[in-house]
Parts: sequence; structure tokens; C-alpha cells
Amino acid sequence: MVASTTSRIPDLLEKHQSKLLASWLERQLASSSLRSGQIGEDELKEQSQKFLREFIAGLKSAPADDITEQSWRQVRELLSEFSHSRALQGFTPSETATFIFSLKEPLFTLLREEIKADAQALGEEIWTATRLIDKFGLFTAEIYQQSRDEIIKRQARELLELSTPVVELWHKILAIPLIGTLDSERTQTVMENLLNYIVKSGAEIAIIDITGVPTVDTLVAQHLIKTVSAARLMGADCIISGIRPQIAQTIVHLGLQLDVVSKATMADAFALALKRTGQVVTRAAARPA
Amino acid sequence: MEQIPILKVGRCLLVSIQIDMHDKLALALQDDLTQKLVETRARGVLIDISALDLVDSFIGRMLSNIAAMARVLDAQTVVVGMRPQVAITLVELGLTLTGIQTALDVDRGLALINRLIDAEGEDGAGGAH
Repeated sequence: MVASTTSRIPDLLEKHQSKLLASWLERQLASSSLRSGQIGEDELKEQSQKFLREFIAGLKSAPADDITEQSWRQVRELLSEFSHSRALQGFTPSETATFIFSLKEPLFTLLREEIKADAQALGEEIWTATRLIDKFGLFTAEIYQQSRDEIIKRQARELLELSTPVVELWHKILAIPLIGTLDSERTQTVMENLLNYIVKSGAEIAIIDITGVPTVDTLVAQHLIKTVSAARLMGADCIISGIRPQIAQTIVHLGLQLDVVSKATMADAFALALKRTGQVVTRAAARPA
Repeated sequence: MEQIPILKVGRCLLVSIQIDMHDKLALALQDDLTQKLVETRARGVLIDISALDLVDSFIGRMLSNIAAMARVLDAQTVVVGMRPQVAITLVELGLTLTGIQTALDVDRGLALINRLIDAEGEDGAGGAH
């Protein structure tokens, strides 16, 4: 790449750095990547300035072809950090990538102004610049994607921990309110929690409440049955409660055999559990009106 | 040869399995247990498996067999003390030990057996005390 080694871009950039920065910032603000105060103008300016500085430093010491090279490390780190924080702040991928891509227009304008005379050279320089900026744009998008994936993974993990509580409702009676779709991983967690709690508390009846389960298909039903069977092996009976009208219809249409006592509401299930364990809840003597 | 002790507790026989089961031992246990059931005219069998950290299809089938034999001899069988991990493994294997009653521990198992025997009523004329 003869063009890149003799490129005038680094010198031009250095010379017109402040002018370029100003028009770049203008572009960024115009394209509304400054989302309703989520990121300050000062912060944006600082980030842009830093990037431009490292970009020029990188251009000077490295060929523009390969951004994985050592001399681009600073720029890469800067962009990773930037992209990561944007992903955390909830920016869209385009908004994040616009940061890089909006550099194109001011840069090309600058090149056009400076290398007006030589059309051949201008073409070469613009090609070099656009290739480099595209690469960095893609890099930003990649990092953004990675950061989002991390967030999703973390949330899934947290959800798993959050959504499987076992509640001791009464002496010998446990409740497991299930929220969200039951997949095999969650069933495993629910089952382990439930069985361990049965041992710990010596409960005889577990009420599995599926009010928060959006749909019951054959797979979910199978998971429910597994949980019920495991509890039964430990000597505890299960009652399934919180079956919504649509779910009752689905269960029948799918021909599922739950093979376990089910109640429409948790209250009904609780009443049955009390009866089965031979306990009664009574109203205290007449209260003063 | 090792042997699994069978203890009489009230109207029940208590069997506590604490060693690895194998074919011969299982057969010996079935022999002993049926013999004891007839001898003592016990009405219930309590099998404690709290010491087992592995229950496979072989032990599952043995338990089912014992329950079936006991039923023929007019006795109820209750399996007690299954560990959570064992229960999960059994369910994953698709073995739900249908036809076997379970309880959390020996106490509850005894209570359950007594309830079952009482529920069966006075029609079992020759019941032991």
C-alpha cells in the first residue's frame, strides 16, 4: 500500500485537529447521539478529543491496513471502553457506531479542501481513510454486541436466582410461586430448592403456584410433573395453584395429564393444605366493632 | 455374608438399608422380609434409605418388588428418608416409584403406616397388635 505509507492524512489531521474536532462534535450532536442528557456534551467532547489524539498517533506509527496491530492498541482500548459504557447506558448500536462514522464527513471535507489539486491523490486518501474508519466502526459494533451479551447473561443469571423462592406458608406447608417460563435449568433449581427446603422444614405439602407462568405447554407440564414426582418421593404432596382460565383450556386442548391436585387460586390450595395436615385457622373471638 | 437387619417396631417391620445393594443381598432381603412378615403378622414395612446416596433402577425395582410382596401379605410399604439428590436423579431417570408410599423420615413414615392401617379398617380380621 504505497498510498498509506506516504499518506498525508496524519499531518493534515494534526494541523487541523481543533477544526476537525469542532465539526465532528457538531455532526455528533446533530445526529442526536447525545441522548436526552444520558451523556454530557463535555464528556462527549473529551471522548472525541482523546480518540482523535490517539487516532493521529496511531496513524503516524502504523499502516492503516490492520487495526489489530500493536500500534493501534491505544485506540482499540479507548473504543472498547467507550462502546462498553455506551452499551451499559442503553444506547442503540447505530447511536454507538455513529460516533466513529460521523468522523467521515468532516474528515473528507478536510481532505477535499487540502488536496483539491490532485484528484488521484484525493481518491487514494479518501479510500485509505474510509477503510480505516469502517474497520473501527465495525470494531465498535462488535464490542457493543459483546457488552450486550454480557448484560443479557448476567440478567439471566440474576433472574434465575431471583425467581425461585421457597416460602414457608404455615407449619408443614410450603409455597413456591413460579414467575416466568419454566425451562429445564430453572426446573432443576426449583426442584433442588424445594427438596432441600422439605428436608429442612419437614413440610408435608408444597403448593406450586403458577400464576406467573405465562404459558403451559407440554414441556412446562413435563417439568411440573417432574417436580411433583420428586417431592412425592421425599414424602411431600404437591398442589398446583394459580391456573388461569386460558391455561386450563390449553392443558385440556393439549391433552396433558398433570396427575396432581390443582386449584384455581392459592387461597383454595392453602385451605386444602390446612385440611390435609389437620390444621385449622379460626377467627379470634369477636372483635369490637 | 452381610445381612440387612429387620426390626419389629409396633405393627411394622423396619428395614434400614445402609450398604450397597446387589442381586444376592436383594434376594436375601426379600426372603427374610417375607418370612418375617408371615412370622410376626406385621401390617407395615418401613424401608429407610437415608444412608443411600445412589438409587438406581435396580434398587428402584427391588423396592417395587418388596412393596408388591408386602401387599400380597396384607402389609403397607413406606419408603422413608430419600435424599433430595436421589429424588432428583430418580425423576430424571423417569423412575417415580409408582405404587410406593413415601415419607420424609421414620417418624412420619410410622405415622403414615399407622394411618394407612387404620384406614384399611377392621376388615383385616387377623391383624396383629
